[in-house]
Amino acid sequence: MEPKTKVHAEDDKQELLITREFDLPVDLLFKAYVEPELVEQWMGTKVLQLENKRHGSYPFETSDAQGNVVFRANGVMHELKPNEKITRTFEIENSPFTVQLEFLQFEKLSDDTSKLIMHIVFKSVAMRNQLLQMPFAQGINMAHNRLQEIVSQLK
Amino acid sequence: MRLRRDVFQAIADPTRRAILLLLTSQTLTAGAIAANFDTARPTVSKHLQILTECELLQQKQNGREIYYQLNPQKIREIADFIEPFRKFWDDRFNKLEDVMKKYKSDKK
Repeated sequence: MEPKTKVHAEDDKQELLITREFDLPVDLLFKAYVEPELVEQWMGTKVLQLENKRHGSYPFETSDAQGNVVFRANGVMHELKPNEKITRTFEIENSPFTVQLEFLQFEKLSDDTSKLIMHIVFKSVAMRNQLLQMPFAQGINMAHNRLQEIVSQLK
Repeated sequence: MRLRRDVFQAIADPTRRAILLLLTSQTLTAGAIAANFDTARPTVSKHLQILTECELLQQKQNGREIYYQLNPQKIREIADFIEPFRKFWDDRFNKLEDVMKKYKSDKK
């Protein structure tokens, strides 16, 4: 079976392409990106603000059970076209990674299915490869474990 | 001095990638590989050495000749290196799908 999510990273290019087909109408897929409480649910982070307009900002923050901030990210919206596209920057704070440029394209496949094409441009090839490589996966696992902690505390 | 070479460093060079490509369908001697490039023979030898050091290539003795062949296991490692990243996004998008399906049914 072909994987639903595909990552295309060409050699010597400072960009990558993530594509995914969803069993969702395109308007619901788009909504998942612009409604703060929905973003919070699938991104697993607190959305402090989400200004869906040109030059609008969107800071994210994740805290551990003790209330310490373990993750902060932010970005600026450049273009939003409902059910079609979002162009924005994204930056993980206090990390070796610099800001990246994201082109999100939303496509209707049928009434109930849609496709997302996420084109990310990095500062350099090295920066992209660094993100793709193993420490990233570890970092994410750590974040997941912390989230697990938070969730179990809530129960 | 101990050389620390990893596969990603090895494939960062276009000549080395061309060598790997050349060996996907055949095993060749160093001379036969060098014949495919305009680069000087010692330069090609150096590339072969690097590829062998990081185990992307294996040497096989056949009579007096040494043949180079791909090491499929190591090649697979490169192919898999973006897998954790892909998996991360796959999990995240599965979550998105679940959240939105629930959202949809709640609206009904």
